[in-house]
Amino acid sequence: MSKLETPTKNTLTNAINNFVIRFANTNGTGSASANQMFAKAILRMGIPVSAKNIFPSNIQGMPTWFEVRVSEKNYLARRGGKSEVVVAMNAQSLAEDVQSVKASGYFLYDSSKELSEQYIRQDIHYLGIPISTICLKEYQDPRQRQLFKNVIYVGALAALLNIEFDALKSLVGDQFKGKEKLITPNIYALELGYQYANQHFTCPLPIKVERRDLINSRIMVDGNTGIGLGAVYGGATVVGWYPITPSTSVVEKFASYCDRLRIDPASGKKNYALVQAEDELAAIGMTIGAGWNGARAFTATSGPGVSLMTEFLGLAYFAEIPMVLINVQRAGPSTGMPTRTQQSDILSCAYASHGDTKQILLFPESPTECFEFSALSFDLADKLQTPVIIMSDLDLGMNDHLTEEFSWNDDKKYQLGKVLNAQQLDDIEQYGRYIDTDGDGICYRTLPGTHPEKGAFFTRGTSRNTYAGYTEKSGDYVDNMQRLSKKFVSACKIVPEPQINQGKKAAKIGLIYFGTTAHAITEALEQLKEHGLSADTCRIKAFPFNHQLGQFIDQHDDNYVIEQNRDAQMRTVISNELTIDPARLSPITNYDGLPITSRFIVQNILDKLSTELTKKQVG
Amino acid sequence: MSYQKSNFHHPRLPVNDLGLTYRDYEGALSTLCAGCGHDSITSAIIQACHELSIEPHKVAKMSGICCSSKAPNYFLNKAHGFNSVHGRMPSVTTGANLANRDLLYLAMSGDGDSASIGLGQFAHVVRRQLDMVYMVANNGVYGLTKGQLAATADKGVKNKVGDLSLFTDIDLCVMALQLGATFVARSFSGDKKQLVPLIKAAMSHQGFAYLDIISPCVTFNNHAGSTRSYDYVHDHTTTGAVVDYVPVKTEITSDCAEGVCEDICLHDGSLMRIKKLAADYDNKDAMKAMIDIEQHKKQGEILTGLLYLDPTGSHFHEVNNTTDTPLNQLDQDALCPGSRVLSSINESFR
Repeated sequence: MSKLETPTKNTLTNAINNFVIRFANTNGTGSASANQMFAKAILRMGIPVSAKNIFPSNIQGMPTWFEVRVSEKNYLARRGGKSEVVVAMNAQSLAEDVQSVKASGYFLYDSSKELSEQYIRQDIHYLGIPISTICLKEYQDPRQRQLFKNVIYVGALAALLNIEFDALKSLVGDQFKGKEKLITPNIYALELGYQYANQHFTCPLPIKVERRDLINSRIMVDGNTGIGLGAVYGGATVVGWYPITPSTSVVEKFASYCDRLRIDPASGKKNYALVQAEDELAAIGMTIGAGWNGARAFTATSGPGVSLMTEFLGLAYFAEIPMVLINVQRAGPSTGMPTRTQQSDILSCAYASHGDTKQILLFPESPTECFEFSALSFDLADKLQTPVIIMSDLDLGMNDHLTEEFSWNDDKKYQLGKVLNAQQLDDIEQYGRYIDTDGDGICYRTLPGTHPEKGAFFTRGTSRNTYAGYTEKSGDYVDNMQRLSKKFVSACKIVPEPQINQGKKAAKIGLIYFGTTAHAITEALEQLKEHGLSADTCRIKAFPFNHQLGQFIDQHDDNYVIEQNRDAQMRTVISNELTIDPARLSPITNYDGLPITSRFIVQNILDKLSTELTKKQVG
Repeated sequence: MSYQKSNFHHPRLPVNDLGLTYRDYEGALSTLCAGCGHDSITSAIIQACHELSIEPHKVAKMSGICCSSKAPNYFLNKAHGFNSVHGRMPSVTTGANLANRDLLYLAMSGDGDSASIGLGQFAHVVRRQLDMVYMVANNGVYGLTKGQLAATADKGVKNKVGDLSLFTDIDLCVMALQLGATFVARSFSGDKKQLVPLIKAAMSHQGFAYLDIISPCVTFNNHAGSTRSYDYVHDHTTTGAVVDYVPVKTEITSDCAEGVCEDICLHDGSLMRIKKLAADYDNKDAMKAMIDIEQHKKQGEILTGLLYLDPTGSHFHEVNNTTDTPLNQLDQDALCPGSRVLSSINESFR
């Protein structure tokens, strides 16, 4: 053992509140909740933190990793590269895990069994704790032996990294509220680890946390919770859904909040209806049926589900039915990597369905925006009488993010769009469902059961005239398609505008991005500065694009479209919609299934610039 | 289409309780082939709705894609209709019903729409006990695409061009019975006397009502050798039990010999008088109904009439415990928990 403990290694510098710790676990062992507790304890010490669960499409027994980044500078994207601390609790992945430690970093492992020679590196520190032996001695039940292993290493890390023990204790209290019996054994397990580390190592390590006050009112939550809660606030009452990772928890969260917040106090009955459908076809069919009938309805899915839903998306577009689709994107095509993240459904959603279709897309960057866009999407769908698709992704949906707290303006009223009531119908001489009275391409609809004599019409996916009568006349068809185009232009005026950060004088470089790529941008800008480069940024929040995006591209010599798919799908849509020469937009595409890093972005920019420089020199 | 329906009608047409004549229940002029069984179904629906004094605008007409799915355009002009996607009417109707439980959902489908592309949705909507009337105009053939065999065509029959039906047919009544439908009936578009009371009873039934209507296709499946032609169905129908639907306030006057009649009280107090043509017929036993259907089929017979009824069965909203107010009528106060609740939710994420 002495060779492991010989301090011949250098000490990491600048490691206070600035490091990455990677947990290697076996899935199905309860590690994720212990790791989340670890991250939250740091949050409660006022230090910005991010957590990424990198998990397999499996229930039990396969390797899973959990990365926690601690950053006083609020750099909360995945950092990439090797980690300062690795907690290796999975024998299957030891070889890989040893290699994932940064030079001079720390490798915490279960020393119940001696570590084999092949795992010994001379440039890192080893922290052996006989966790299995401790558990074997302390617990009788095999499941407890497993679960408390996780709690013990969290306790040890508290000593090693200077985490306040009280922060952990309060988290245990919160976690087991209502199950008080579990609090004492969990705190005891934390103590076991804490004491062991204190007795056997010099605590704390040079890598450590120190209390700060940098969180303010921010919360730590995942995007799917934001969307589910946003749908409750946005007034959704009907949900048809089919389970698919990573979207499942959107509906589960919606259901659990409804169970608390949507029960009629007088009757105890539900002010919502939720149906687990037989497939995604039925899920969206229910959503469309409800939207047609005037209820706010949504479904949630991921790429394969979107593929199944596309025929219906065409119907909803053409028949002009409000509905909301939540797409929590994952790596495709086909089953792809179902538990890894991507932004690779941009094309399949923007133009979802056969024929000429264009769908409204929203791109939230954070759980806060998930909440806001979710609530907003119901207003947009009702106002525009068309599907609205929220384009989240696995990283945003399933990982906890430090984000601004959710807020709601009680004065804000739902905007239900152009729906005529019986009185309004009485005032109209002759009602026509598809008459563009206001010239914005959005016509007045009626709901079944409104008026005994007026306002009824037949909704169909086939061509119709302005009075909803069946027609195959070319002129009627063309007029209708043109009106739908006009409606899309109207949509452009009410969807969220892009977020542009630009100085008085435009920089040479323009970065265009959307969704979770936002997390890496601030850091990328800092890194570019170190290379003497500055850049302006434009974050796309919605499709159709606002004219400001076109202006931004015009104003910059070097535009980069940064996205998380192979084919630069957003770049294609931008070129197509704004008629921009694709050569004006350099793609930066990350599609390995892991959240994009600032290093990747910066490296791509540097490579492009150096290639250009070489070309110039050669020229 | 291009034809206008005449508004001209007899000045003394009988009016119902709402003061409406049957013409108030009509729709656009049918564009189906002359003699199509579906048009007879349309007229039976019009008669049933008129006689029951249904408020036309309180009906939602639902359909998928096929000849039969066009039919809702030809009745109840004052009701909203939704001609959705092939095979997906059940899910659209489910969503519509969840949004507003107060409407009457009259759905029309066909054998391709329900027994082939939409078989999954058919099965699940039965299973979910949606409160609706699900009618299938069953002609054993694809009309709009000109004569291909449907999954409901009997094994061994030939279509018009001579293609043989090679595989076992799907019987949607049997499936509905197996999956827990609380009202299952089969009828013939050419037998209005039987069909109209069945439609009335199905509309009054609370819960999932399935009505399979043999509706011959005059153009593609009316030839010798077809088991869905007018001639064949006329000659090979056996009726187990017929119903006489009696609205709540009408006194039962129809005479019926004791022992063969049974009155069943529906949720709204109306009565369904069931007249058993076969003395041993039992419409309370779903298992027996399935066996009866199959046994008659073996003998080349089509068993029609009310096959099964459970007036006490529950429907989706009861199971879900949905609030009585239609969900599409709940206001923001009932739906939005507000900012104070949100602050406490925020606390749970710190």
